[in-house]
Amino acid sequence: MKVSNVPFNGTKDQEAKLLEVIAKYKGQKGALMPIMQEAQEIYGYLPYQVQKIISDETGIPIEKIYGVATFYAQFSMSPKGKYVVSVCLGTACYVKGAGKLLEEVEKQLGIGDGECTADGKFSIDVCRCVGACGLAPVMIVGGDVYGKLTPDMVEGILAKYE
Amino acid sequence: MKTLQEIKDIQAAKHGQIDIRFNPDTAEEAVKTYVLVCGGTGCTSNHAAEIIEELNKLIDGAAKRDEIQIIQTGCQGLCAKGPILVVHPGNVFYQEVRPDMVDRIFDEHILGGKPVEEYFMIEEGADGKDIPYVESAFYNDQLRMALRNCGKIDPEDIDEYIARDGYQALGKALTEMTPDDVIQVVTDSGLRGRGGGGFPTGRKWAFASGDRGKVQKYVACNADEGDPGAFMDRSILEGDPHSILEAMAIAGYAIGANQGYIYVRAEYPIAVDRLEIALKQAREYGMLGKGIFGTDFDFDVDLRLGAGAFVCGEETALMTSIEGNRGEPRPRPPFPAVKGLFGAPTVLNNVETYANIPQIILNGAEWFNQYGTETSKGTKVFALGGKINNTGLVEVPMGTTLRQVVEEIGGGVPGGKKFKAAQTGGPSGGCIPASSYDVPIDYESLGKIGSMMGSGGMIVLDEDNCMVDIAKFYLGFTVSESCGKCTPCRIGTKRMLEILEKISAGRGELEDLEKLDELAHYIKANSLCGLGQTAPNPILSTLEHFREEYEAHIVEKRCPAGVCKALLNYTIDAELCKGCTKCARNCPANAIKGEVKQPHVIDAAACIKCGACMDNCAFGAISRK
Repeated sequence: MKVSNVPFNGTKDQEAKLLEVIAKYKGQKGALMPIMQEAQEIYGYLPYQVQKIISDETGIPIEKIYGVATFYAQFSMSPKGKYVVSVCLGTACYVKGAGKLLEEVEKQLGIGDGECTADGKFSIDVCRCVGACGLAPVMIVGGDVYGKLTPDMVEGILAKYE
Repeated sequence: MKTLQEIKDIQAAKHGQIDIRFNPDTAEEAVKTYVLVCGGTGCTSNHAAEIIEELNKLIDGAAKRDEIQIIQTGCQGLCAKGPILVVHPGNVFYQEVRPDMVDRIFDEHILGGKPVEEYFMIEEGADGKDIPYVESAFYNDQLRMALRNCGKIDPEDIDEYIARDGYQALGKALTEMTPDDVIQVVTDSGLRGRGGGGFPTGRKWAFASGDRGKVQKYVACNADEGDPGAFMDRSILEGDPHSILEAMAIAGYAIGANQGYIYVRAEYPIAVDRLEIALKQAREYGMLGKGIFGTDFDFDVDLRLGAGAFVCGEETALMTSIEGNRGEPRPRPPFPAVKGLFGAPTVLNNVETYANIPQIILNGAEWFNQYGTETSKGTKVFALGGKINNTGLVEVPMGTTLRQVVEEIGGGVPGGKKFKAAQTGGPSGGCIPASSYDVPIDYESLGKIGSMMGSGGMIVLDEDNCMVDIAKFYLGFTVSESCGKCTPCRIGTKRMLEILEKISAGRGELEDLEKLDELAHYIKANSLCGLGQTAPNPILSTLEHFREEYEAHIVEKRCPAGVCKALLNYTIDAELCKGCTKCARNCPANAIKGEVKQPHVIDAAACIKCGACMDNCAFGAISRK
């Protein structure tokens, strides 16, 4: 898992929200993952500092939280770009050329999977099947879905997000 | 809280609104005009929401606004032609609807009563001529049992589900049957797990049925559909979520559990939303909660979101994950029916398995087991994808042949290309070659030819797909998804992937094939869970059916499908080349030389095989071999 060296700048407001979430799940069985999922929604990612708050408040050892954070693809310890570019590498997209699409996105942005551009604008996330197989190959930019793509369309799409 | 009689009253009152959508030819005259817009993930990704917005705007200004109802449904099946819009009465299907087409459909058809033929959904018939969708094999040759309500009802309205006999199976089970009766019916029906394993559902329930009322038990639903390219379960959750809640309550009654969990992928936001709405409505109606239907049976369901780990589709890993841990599997026995979630006896079934339960309880075991083959009863839902015309969701009786699914219902391979293989079962399954095109689809037959039923992903491959590359794709997936707990899977799959990479890079040796075979069998025999035990299947099945393709990579250093980059050679045909220089200007490696108006030549040593020259040649002079 890629760990970011961007300094943590969580706000008091975010922390208050996180504490509310932890209080909501207090005493529930198996609450760690829902807490972490909501924490990631609040902060955008799950840096060590956030994991530490969860640990202190719930009494769950930090090493267990770290273990869970690094196990699941959904959890990220480095911040995402303003626009997340997800290229679907599900089988249906792959057999229709999603691999070449990803290469083109990486070339255009100059970063690899899991990385964020220096200006914080784009990050790339490879994902496994978004379920729009009728539109294969598919890419999602900042929540907008683009389908039936060829590599030459990538540049124009990314340009929309300047 | 509703009584069973009140549920039946709602059904009677709603019947007139629902019947026309299911029986367009025989239903009594419709009360209103119903406009069904597909709200599955595929169509939603393709602007279906804007279509609904547009329709709502038009309705607001229309005089006949009370006579028109817009319904956002779940997946209608033919994703390739989405977004799909259906109008009743008339059973008119429109395909590839764009927001700017809505105006005309609304004015001419919905208000004017004259369908817009130009936008009709059409299918290519066997003779190459277009035929209306309602006469096509895709529409007529399916048997929709698990998907019976998908695409036809509003999944966010419990009353529409009730109008389709919803919650009456639960009512029947609670008021007319003992828990053992319920298990008996499920056992007699012959229903087997639709998640891939194929274990008899009734037997699973029976194992967990001891000590009812004395110990804590759980019912869980596996909605962690991890197979990339498969979307059966998601479509059921999006299109008919109440059927899953009802089935889980029935399972709870059968084994004596009062709490259920649905473990659903967080990547399925629409399914999660609709489940949450369904849960809220079911609780309001008293279909979940305390004393359901006035009996002493309590049952409720909670959602747990997965966090993107394929291994969590394995039952013990899924339960470990619900408990809030890393989703690592554990050895079985003890089986979940004895020691499952939080250490308590647990029944865990897949979404599609549950979707069949209410109908089995209502119509009886014989009704269900009249469909299918000797050992595989009922139907199976498949997500068709890859090189196939009708990408989408289909449901067929067990025993249907692969040829029927691909050629007839699926509309065949596009672009006049040849069918090469169908991959079923995803990373756990195998490739079925054209020589097994007539194999009936059931658990045993697919197992015999080295594939498996799997959860229902079916990816069609054509002559342009390289089988070594496909095996490498799946192995790459398993390597990154292996949880790392047991050595055969963690290290073994990695070694297999390295061998495949070596072969596709042109450095393979014939003995690598023996090594692959040996490793594959070792990993199958020694891995802890289903992920590792089935991970070698994509390699074994391609080795068995497409060995010559591996050998071409190794001996001739050639990729017959033209996929493996390192083995490709680009050449310029001197006869066809006009010397326009476009290829040379676009070559990032400066590997193309030649004078203007003279044939150009590619320097093979400098070529990085990117294909830019071929993409840019206007004369088709460049070939790849």
